[in-house]
Amino acid sequence: MVENRADIQIKIKVKQLNIWFGNILALKNLSLEIYSNELLSIIGPANSGKTSFLRQLNRLNELEANFRSTGEVILDGENIQKTKLEILRKKAGMIFALPQVLPISIYDNVSYGPRMHGMREKGVLDKIVEESLEASFLWEEVKERLKESATKLSGGQQQRLCISRTLALKPEVILFDEPCSGLDPVSTAKVEESMLKLKEKYTIILVTNNTKQAARVGDRTVFFLMGELIEIDKTQKIFTAPADKRTEDYILGKFG
Amino acid sequence: MKLRLIKEFIIEKLIFLSGIASILFVILIFTFLFKEGFSFFKEISLKDFIGGKYWYPISEPERFGILPLILGSFLVTLGAIIIAVPLSIACAFYVSEVAQGKAKDILKSGIEMLAAIPSVVLGFIGIVTLVPWMKKVFNLPTGLTALSGSIMLGLMAMPTIISISEDAINAVPKSYKEGALALGATRWQAMYRVVIYAALPGIIAASMLGIGRVIGETMAVMMITGNAAVIPNTFLQPVRTLTATIAAEMGETVHGSLHYYSLFAIGIILFVSTFMINVIADIFLHRNKK
Amino acid sequence: MKTTTKQKIAFSILFLCTVMVILPVVFVLGTIIKNGWQGISWKFLTTMPKDGMRQGGIYPAIVGTLYLVSLSIVFSLPVGVMAAIYLNEYAKDNLLTRLIRLAIVNLSGVSSVVYGLFGLALFVTFMKFGVSILSGALTLAIMNLPVIITASREALAGVPYQFREVSLSLGLSRWQTIRHSVLPFAIPGILTGAILSLARAAGETAPILFTVAAFYLPNLPRSIFDQTMALPYHLYIISTQIPNIAVKTRYATAFVLVGMVFTMNIFAVVIRSRLRKKKKW
Repeated sequence: MVENRADIQIKIKVKQLNIWFGNILALKNLSLEIYSNELLSIIGPANSGKTSFLRQLNRLNELEANFRSTGEVILDGENIQKTKLEILRKKAGMIFALPQVLPISIYDNVSYGPRMHGMREKGVLDKIVEESLEASFLWEEVKERLKESATKLSGGQQQRLCISRTLALKPEVILFDEPCSGLDPVSTAKVEESMLKLKEKYTIILVTNNTKQAARVGDRTVFFLMGELIEIDKTQKIFTAPADKRTEDYILGKFG
Repeated sequence: MKLRLIKEFIIEKLIFLSGIASILFVILIFTFLFKEGFSFFKEISLKDFIGGKYWYPISEPERFGILPLILGSFLVTLGAIIIAVPLSIACAFYVSEVAQGKAKDILKSGIEMLAAIPSVVLGFIGIVTLVPWMKKVFNLPTGLTALSGSIMLGLMAMPTIISISEDAINAVPKSYKEGALALGATRWQAMYRVVIYAALPGIIAASMLGIGRVIGETMAVMMITGNAAVIPNTFLQPVRTLTATIAAEMGETVHGSLHYYSLFAIGIILFVSTFMINVIADIFLHRNKK
Repeated sequence: MKTTTKQKIAFSILFLCTVMVILPVVFVLGTIIKNGWQGISWKFLTTMPKDGMRQGGIYPAIVGTLYLVSLSIVFSLPVGVMAAIYLNEYAKDNLLTRLIRLAIVNLSGVSSVVYGLFGLALFVTFMKFGVSILSGALTLAIMNLPVIITASREALAGVPYQFREVSLSLGLSRWQTIRHSVLPFAIPGILTGAILSLARAAGETAPILFTVAAFYLPNLPRSIFDQTMALPYHLYIISTQIPNIAVKTRYATAFVLVGMVFTMNIFAVVIRSRLRKKKKW
């Protein structure tokens, strides 16, 4: 938890970011700072630009055909447009809404990133796999069946497997895109538990449709509406005394 | 690490080259056909070629008029269209809209089997069964006729027309059909009042592609339409198609002779016509998708 | 007339039309099996022809066909799969892509005898490969390219988009993503397409007429620059140009050709359905 203002380091700085998909302006003039080792929750109704913003951070938006953007995103002092994609995406890993495991073994799923980037030594890979699975609280459940297909795991386990897979590359930032939307409450609780633990070592940005979840885990919360940043503040403050009426209405469920 | 980047660079360049390979091959076919055919048109004008009524490539004097061949191809194709298109569309409707379960699977397999039979095999069967039958039934001097060719070619075009029509029919949004049924129409009425109109561009494209296939067909037609390069009057006489001419006579020409080049000239006519049919059919298919 | 009666009549007519399509298939296959069966023997399949094809077997034609299709797939499979990868994974929505698609449609519509002319002009004459297995195989390869490209594209498109997204978000390059997250899962479909194209190539006559085929060769071909006998060409000659061959020999040859083509087709279909059942996603 970020206590002392003197300790704050800015991990990501966003300056006047605009994103277009074709003629649609998805994100308007967004400026924002994200601190190291915080967990930032992003809330807002559908089409508010939350996911577009998240996917800008690892430049996944560039896969879309009609994508265009102006403004800057600066990670650790470097404009991400100048960073090599491979390095950027190792630094900022992403967890998607529906668990996307590859139809290969659990071990192969977790070790996928390091293997593809050239790591070959079995001893090192074994260690990475174990550490990553422990960090997402999955190790105890799967350590006896690492060779089994990952598709046999439950939804919640698969999502934690995806977290392990991302952790195996030793990122610094983890981007969660509505990770619990397909999960039952028990699995959701386990994923939230992982997120809270991970916060100690990583910077986490969580996009969520579930305001209660945002309140549970986020240090700060930011409210997006129709592509604009409406309000950003400590979670406690947003949920008890929001400054903007629109924020209040959304949190109270009056729309969205 | 550097090595991997170099390897990837080469692989991605090869992938791009393979991507444009199709365009290259079309251009190559074009080029080589025209290269050889050009030598022909230096001697004989296009007008004499296409309009000429006599195809006597090996007599003295040589005559290179392909009108009888064009009419031969036209006649056989026309007959094939008349036979194949109605039957294929009817069959496509039956298979996609009426048939159920196991029966549907069996029918679809049967149609796929038809498509798999090589052309030379159909030509062979035509010679030993259809041709003698035609001779007997119609009391002709020979059963090698345009009609025999039309029947066989119609058969060969059917799988193409049926399967593309089926795609077009299945692409019609269910809501169209359900809307008609909800208003009290029977399945048949829904079919002929609604579905067929919605699927029409696709069905037209299917027919055109089937026709394109028929025009280009060589072996079966060579084996059962006889070999008379004369302008036909009826369906019940031997004819010669453009494709059969090339196949039958290339073996007998001297490399570099005018006859040799004339066959390439025929090839150009064939290539250009199937090219145009394919482009038009493609436009229709695009319209259907919208 | 009641509308339901009209429907009954209409559906009966449709059914009749369908029967008129299927019946010839049954007839053709039935005739070949019935008459050709007697001509099939181990000797027929494995010995060289004698006495101007009136005795002996069709072994060299079978072997020749197998050589031709094997060599043709060596050329068409890599190019076809890579072209499909380009179209599915790299190509943008622009004029070049539309032209490529148009070119593929055209290649698949070109008459088989025009391919023969093309092969004659390019491979036999211009590149001086002569009338040879190489010329024939190359011609067949270009002819079958559209089949392979289409089947491969379908196979690639069948791999869920998310696999690519996950791989890219882990920092892998585009090619690495294709090579490890897409291609392995598309292989069954690609394989099916390859076998279907083999089956088609095995039955083609016109493209090999001027580029490779010979009727009566005393020996098997020794190199790719030799001519060879081939089943479809063989059937054509013995049914149109050689009198006095036993009827059952002709039917038996047709039987072998149809048997080979159908076996390959069935093989491909079986692979396709078994792998559909095993689909892990």
